[in-house]
Amino acid sequence: MAAQTDKASLALSGKWGKRLLVAIPYLWLLVFFLAPFFIVTKISLSDIAIAKPPYIPVWDPAAGWDGLKAMIAAFDLENYIWLTEDDLYWKSYLSSLKIASISTLLTLIIGYPIAYSIARAPNEWRPTLLMLVILPFWTSFLIRVYAWIGILKKEGLLNLLLTSLGIIDKPLTILNTDSAVYIGIVYSYLPFMILPLYAALEKMDGSLLEAAQDLGCPPLKSFWVITIPLSMPGIIAGCFLVFIPAVGEFVIPDLLGGSNTLMIGKTLWVEFFSNRDWPVSSAVAVILLLLLIVPIVMFQKMQERNAEAGK
Amino acid sequence: MRRISLFNVTSLTLGFAFLYLPILLLIIFSFNESRLVTVWGGFSTKWYGAVFQNEGFMDAAWVTARVAFVSASIATILGTMGALILVRAGRFTGRTLFSGMIYAPLVMPEVITGLSLLLLFVSMGLDRGFWTIIIAHVTFSMCYAAVVVSSRLVTFDQSLEEAALDLGCTRLSAFFQVTLPIILPAVLSAWLLSFTLSLDDLVIASFASGPGATTLPMKIYSQVRLGVTPEINALSTILVILVSTGVIIASLVTKNQELKRKREEQAAIAEA
Repeated sequence: MAAQTDKASLALSGKWGKRLLVAIPYLWLLVFFLAPFFIVTKISLSDIAIAKPPYIPVWDPAAGWDGLKAMIAAFDLENYIWLTEDDLYWKSYLSSLKIASISTLLTLIIGYPIAYSIARAPNEWRPTLLMLVILPFWTSFLIRVYAWIGILKKEGLLNLLLTSLGIIDKPLTILNTDSAVYIGIVYSYLPFMILPLYAALEKMDGSLLEAAQDLGCPPLKSFWVITIPLSMPGIIAGCFLVFIPAVGEFVIPDLLGGSNTLMIGKTLWVEFFSNRDWPVSSAVAVILLLLLIVPIVMFQKMQERNAEAGK
Repeated sequence: MRRISLFNVTSLTLGFAFLYLPILLLIIFSFNESRLVTVWGGFSTKWYGAVFQNEGFMDAAWVTARVAFVSASIATILGTMGALILVRAGRFTGRTLFSGMIYAPLVMPEVITGLSLLLLFVSMGLDRGFWTIIIAHVTFSMCYAAVVVSSRLVTFDQSLEEAALDLGCTRLSAFFQVTLPIILPAVLSAWLLSFTLSLDDLVIASFASGPGATTLPMKIYSQVRLGVTPEINALSTILVILVSTGVIIASLVTKNQELKRKREEQAAIAEA
């Protein structure tokens, strides 16, 4: 009997404990991650005002429901119409999508042989090789982008090397062009591509390739029909991890790109910090989020499936 | 033993050269006597002296260290709770939303997170500064922490905790006495990851901070926009070396602990 009440109270404390456990991180994310998106949407429908906060209408809680209704009545789509009228914005979106897609592809092409070779390396090397891939990810993003300025600029180290080797006579202009942005994105996001690729390739059963070889399949063909399809989950995960943040990238186009490198992250930053137009920058953010919502949801579904499979 | 082919060796060599050469060059040129960053003018450590005498850098470094310490600690606690929910809580109402809120920040462009947090702080009437940066950093690093800890939790043998419960342990003390010591390496690396994420962040901190608080990345960014300087090279070298030493030591310690635990487990099985 005593044992039973014990169990019952335990279960009860377990239930309440679980509720508390769920509630704290849940509330944190609701307030600081989800709620802000509604505020961004709200402000994107407002108008700019020279005051603090720099937008109207502002809901006065003292006015209650009527105040809320008045605020909603004052909302309009003016900022969105503005985004369609000025071609800077849609050009920025298109160019961001283009730059992000090309650099994702480049990252995949460069990352795949590296991930493949780590997966093929002797067992005792693998932890060290993986550590070497992860280490740059821990060191500052800003510093790693900055390191490329000294290499890519006109009188920089790359031009110095190429001219002294006699490969080129005139220094190349790489810094402040789109090429520098590609290099920057590939360099910064390479670990994000290699890790999921490695995870997929490492699980692959080597005997499949041997069987293909025994049956007379040439290595290149067995790579296409066996290795690539089996590593597809890693390819997809890596591409999402590179593509989604790269679309909104600010630091790389700002430091390595030129004045005609259009990327939406930079446009948003300028709109917010230089033009101080909060409603328009909110509208830019809302559209960017709408563009990315499908890949983000697909990424999340995949992560969840992986987590379930890991159990 | 498998032989490593020429193709594998070449791609690893080129790959790691690509990953490490830029940082290596940065470190080498931080010891350059000359102010012209790409012309070697002899060995010197004078730029390191200049970094330590620069009050702006030192103030920003102090702010950054405090922000990173506090936010990493809160993020690790919240992230570990998040991981427990993801792995253990089973189905509950709003689970999909919860896992969405854990995974989305991992890929969310920083400008969106930064702008939305700033607008939240403004509409809440919070004064922007030290604490708002901490809130912002906790929000995204707790998600990384949750992913790191949950990847350890999925392989954790739950029967150990059940045994503790059967022996009369409460859930809370079973967690602290059985589960936590076993997942501790993952919790520590979650803390370290949160710490370095906070240390590195420029975009979100720029939105979340006010006039009072400038973090080191914000300071570096404002200097870098003006071009490459040897002081920034020296400062970057210090940061890179501090962080990589920390990460390497932490990974070695974790590895040793895992080995020790495995040996102990095997010894216990042999005894029984």
